[in-house]
Amino acid sequence: MPRLNTTPRLADPDGLLEALLAAHQGLDEAASRRLDARLVLILANHIGDAEVLRAAIALAAKPGPESGL
Amino acid sequence: MSGVEQPGRPAFQPPRYASPPPPRGPEQRAVVIIGAGLVGLTLALDLARRGVASVVLDDDDTVSVGSRAICFAKRSLEIFCRLGLGEAMLAKGVTWQHGRVFFQDREAYRFDLLPEAGHECPAFINLQQYYAEAWLVEACAATGLVELRWKHRLAEMSPRPDGATLTVETPAGGYVLEADWLLACDGARSRVREALALPFTGRAFRDRFLIADVVMQAEFPTERWFWFDPPFHPGQSVLLHKQPDDLWRIDFQLGWEADPEAERDPDRVTARVRSMLGPGVPFRLEWVSVYSFRCRRLERFVHGRTVFLGDSAHQVSPFGARGGNGGIQDADNLGWKLAAVLRGEAGEALIASYDAERVPAAAENILHSTRSTDFISPKTPAAQAYRDAVLDLAEHHAFARPLVNSGRLSRPAVLAGSPLNTPDGFDHGAGPGTPAPDAPVAQEGVPGWLLRHLGAGFCLLVFAAPRPLDLPPRVTPLFITPEPMRGALHDHSGLAAARFGAPAVLLRPDQHVVARFLTLDAAGIAAAHDRAMGRG
Repeated sequence: MPRLNTTPRLADPDGLLEALLAAHQGLDEAASRRLDARLVLILANHIGDAEVLRAAIALAAKPGPESGL
Repeated sequence: MSGVEQPGRPAFQPPRYASPPPPRGPEQRAVVIIGAGLVGLTLALDLARRGVASVVLDDDDTVSVGSRAICFAKRSLEIFCRLGLGEAMLAKGVTWQHGRVFFQDREAYRFDLLPEAGHECPAFINLQQYYAEAWLVEACAATGLVELRWKHRLAEMSPRPDGATLTVETPAGGYVLEADWLLACDGARSRVREALALPFTGRAFRDRFLIADVVMQAEFPTERWFWFDPPFHPGQSVLLHKQPDDLWRIDFQLGWEADPEAERDPDRVTARVRSMLGPGVPFRLEWVSVYSFRCRRLERFVHGRTVFLGDSAHQVSPFGARGGNGGIQDADNLGWKLAAVLRGEAGEALIASYDAERVPAAAENILHSTRSTDFISPKTPAAQAYRDAVLDLAEHHAFARPLVNSGRLSRPAVLAGSPLNTPDGFDHGAGPGTPAPDAPVAQEGVPGWLLRHLGAGFCLLVFAAPRPLDLPPRVTPLFITPEPMRGALHDHSGLAAARFGAPAVLLRPDQHVVARFLTLDAAGIAAAHDRAMGRG
């Protein structure tokens, strides 16, 4: 069963954040929120695994050590 | 009420039923049903078809006002076919199976609710609730076993271990009625539930909807159309359904701040409809209502000799057509069980199985209807963002379409966890708890449908040539063969065998599968039948 992978995997972390911020450039709060929601849905479908997604939601809701991850 | 000039009067004239005089003294009856609505009448007719007499009390003297529960799902239609009303409903109802979802000015998604052929009944028909009720009243009266007491209002009830004592008020005076079994089909504001002080808990939604029955000649196809944030009603949703008699049902979401009184004003409603249809389309308003809704239920539906069915037991939001269809399935579930108990063939354990089966079914309906409501009526900026994100993506990206939730339309409950089922090892086809799938069959060369041949009792489907079988009393064999054969149904398409997935299948009187068998082992079949009668 695949588990949520929380090891560092990004080849270009600064580049990722830059691309995300560029996508949000010029958007108001509601439009930004909607863009993020689209992104979450696109990535969730790409991952596809319900167990991994639940673990990711739990981690996002509680990012501290209590998440158990 | 009138909108733009459109001649004519309502196609349906509500009947006024005579209120019988109260009985002269106290009475004792085996079965008393409270509420002559869709669910109470379906239950009375089901019981009568099984030879059980009932008294039905209703505080009114007519059928439903307005179209109300208009979407009758395939399973409900199959139940009405069993009860003898299927033809009338299929002939009058508007058949549909496709739906479209629009977002702003674009189509985002379309769906097909019955992509597979080989079923007698369609995915849905739309039919005004008042037609269904009026035909149920006629059918009940024709059995001679249903005593309909209009304008007999339940005033008080007190439960007894062996029934309930009812105080009834009528225009001509009150009386006392002793019931061995009390079946509460008296709707969301159930007097019976109130008398027993049972908690009815769940969620209330802070939103209001305007519902309008509009008479017009329009070109819309016979599909369910749902708009999110359309140009003609910005920021809210709209649902359109076609009904018989050139009647169209339109639901406008209004938001929680809307004033229900002001929104009922015909001029205001007319303006809303006009902006949807555009100028120059004549129409007439026939019925208007403003509603908000709740999703809630009783914890249990069986309370000694009192049993709750339909909205008195569970209430859902209208998206998904799970209220009326859920209630009809309640009646379908309880009728044969109560008849068996009254005939002395089963104990009250069989009635307890109504709880075990219909409470999870109601929970499933509430879950779906709550999720739909949360999608249609987002309550937080986050909910709004996700809802709009789904709709942004759905038009061009198939992966997002299953996330669009404009109502998950009623599907029959699969009673998978029922104590009446005998688990089996088959890995495909209709397993225990599933309502029997239909299939085209022929008898002596005459084409027909499998469900029409099931009869009123337990039925053992045998996918083999006719042969003598050692079966429990009241279990009738039905032989089904791939080639025409005397004494068997001809499964000419092979769909019956494929859909059941086993050589022999035991069906309950409500057409649900309870057990499947690899061999015609008499002891195994008898044990499964005992279990299905609550004697396991």
